[in-house]
Amino acid sequence: MSEQQSNRNGGDSRPAAADTGGSANAIEVRDLRRRFGRQQVLDGLTLDFRAGEITTIVGPSGSGKTVLLKHLNLLLRPDSGSIKIGDIEVTRLGALGLDAVREKFGMLFQAGALFDSMSVFDNVAFPLVEKTRLSRSEINDRVHETLKAVGLEGMERKFPSEMSGGMQKRAALARALVRRPKILMLDEPTTGLDPTRTGAIHDLIRRTQQNFQLTAVMVSHDVPAVFQVSDRVAFLHQGRTHLNGTVAEVMGAGDDVFQRFLAGRAAGEENESVIGG
Amino acid sequence: MVALIERLGALVIDGIARLGAFVLFLLAAVAYAFLPPYKPRLWIRQIRIIGADSLFLILLIGAFTGMVLGLQVAITLRRFGSDGALGTVVSLTLVKELGPVLAALMIAARAGSAMAAELGSMQTTEQIDALTVMAINPVQYLVSPRMLAGVVSFPLLTSVFDVVGIWGGYMVGVGLMGAPSGAYFNGISSYLTSHDIMLGIWKALVFGVVVMWVCCYKGYNAERMATGVSRATTEAVVLSSVLVLASDYIVGSLLL
Repeated sequence: MSEQQSNRNGGDSRPAAADTGGSANAIEVRDLRRRFGRQQVLDGLTLDFRAGEITTIVGPSGSGKTVLLKHLNLLLRPDSGSIKIGDIEVTRLGALGLDAVREKFGMLFQAGALFDSMSVFDNVAFPLVEKTRLSRSEINDRVHETLKAVGLEGMERKFPSEMSGGMQKRAALARALVRRPKILMLDEPTTGLDPTRTGAIHDLIRRTQQNFQLTAVMVSHDVPAVFQVSDRVAFLHQGRTHLNGTVAEVMGAGDDVFQRFLAGRAAGEENESVIGG
Repeated sequence: MVALIERLGALVIDGIARLGAFVLFLLAAVAYAFLPPYKPRLWIRQIRIIGADSLFLILLIGAFTGMVLGLQVAITLRRFGSDGALGTVVSLTLVKELGPVLAALMIAARAGSAMAAELGSMQTTEQIDALTVMAINPVQYLVSPRMLAGVVSFPLLTSVFDVVGIWGGYMVGVGLMGAPSGAYFNGISSYLTSHDIMLGIWKALVFGVVVMWVCCYKGYNAERMATGVSRATTEAVVLSSVLVLASDYIVGSLLL
C-alpha cells in the first residue's frame, strides 16, 4: 500500500491503516505541510499518537522528524494542516492559548538545553518557580522526588558543565517531568552517548513513561535499539508518514524503503539532506 | 534580466523583513517590560552585570580620556593665551559628547558583547526554545530586563565617566601643565549648563536602548551553527557602535 493509498484510507499509513482501534489518541496530526524556502519538509504528513504509549519517529535525515516535533511542541506553525492535542486544535491558537497547551507537556531537547548558569536543582525547580505558586518546601520536595526518579539523587548542587552527557540528559528529563506533564516529547535523547549510556537512558525513558503514565513522542536515530522501548514506530520519508504501527508491524512490513533505511543505519550510513533532521 | 529583477526584489523584501523583525523585537521587549509577571530580581541582576561590573572600566577610560583632553587642550589653549578656558572646554567636551559616546562604546564592547554571546549560546543550545516550551516568554524573561538595565545603567555610568574625566583633565591640565586651578572650576560652573548635562543624559539613555537592543537582537537570533555565536557577537559590537555614533549625531542635532 502506498502513501497515497494510505491517505485514501483516512490518512494513516500502512500497516496501521487497519489498526485505528484501541486507546484514544493524545495527538492527531492531519495533512501537515511546511516549507522552508524551496524545500517542502513536511508534505501532507498525517499521524496519530496514542495516549499512554511511546511512539518513536524515525527516518533518514531530512525526512522531517525534528520539524514535526517542533510543530508538536508548538515552536513552529505549519503552512497548512491541523494538529489536535487532546481536544484542542493548536495550529490557530494565539500566544496565551499556546502557553495553556504547553502546560500539558514536557520536552527533552537533544542537547538537554539545561541552563548553564544554574545548578541541577535550580534547573529542575525552574518551571515550578516560574509557573506555579508552590511554596519553597513543596518545590524542594517535588524536585528531590523527581531527581530521585531519574537517578540523580545527591547531584542537586552540580552544574551542567560538571556532569557527563548521560547525567545531563537525566537532569533535563527531570526538568521535563517536574510539572507532571501528560505528554513527554524527546528529541534524540541518546545523541552523543555511548551504547551503555544509551541503553540506560532508554530504560529510564520506559520506566518513567510507565511510572508517570505518559504519552511519549520520541525522535531517535538509534535504530533499531530504540525499538526495544517503543510501543509504536512511525517511519517518515520525504515529509510523509511512510510506515506507522507497532514495532512488530513495522519491522514485519517488508517495506523496501524502510529496509534500505535500516540497512543504511546498520552500515553507519546517513542519507543527507539540507533541512529537516 | 527578469531573474536579476527577481533577485533584486527578493533582496529588498528580505531587507525590509529583517528591518521589521528588528523593530518588532524592540517593541516586544519594551511592551513586555511593562507587563506582568514582573521580575525585579532579574532587573537587579542585569543592572549589576551591565552597570556595576562595568564601573572599573568606566573609571579607567574616563580618567585617561580626561587626562588626554587636559593635556591636548591645555597645550592648544596656551598658544592663544586662553589657559583659563581649560575647564570649560574639557567639561563641555566630556559632558556633551565624549562621555556618553565613549561610555556607550566601552559598555557595548564589555557588556554588550558578553550579552550577545550569552544569548547566542542559549539560542544555539536550545535554551531559548526550552523557555518557550515551558510557557515562559523568552523576550520577557531574557531581553526586557536587559533593556531596562541598559536604560538605568548607561546614564549612571556616563555621569561617572564625566566626573572622573573632569578630574583627570584637572590633574593633567592644572597639575602638570600649570593651567590656573580656580579658572578651571570657575569655567565649569559658569559655562556648563543644565541643558548640556541633560543633553548628555538623553544621549546616554538613547545609547542604552540602542546597545541593548542590537546586542540582544543579534544574540537572540544567532544562527545555530558553529560560527553562530562568534558572528552574532562581532555583528552586535560593530552594529551597536555604528548606531551609537549615528544616533549621537541625530540626538545632538535634535536637542542642540
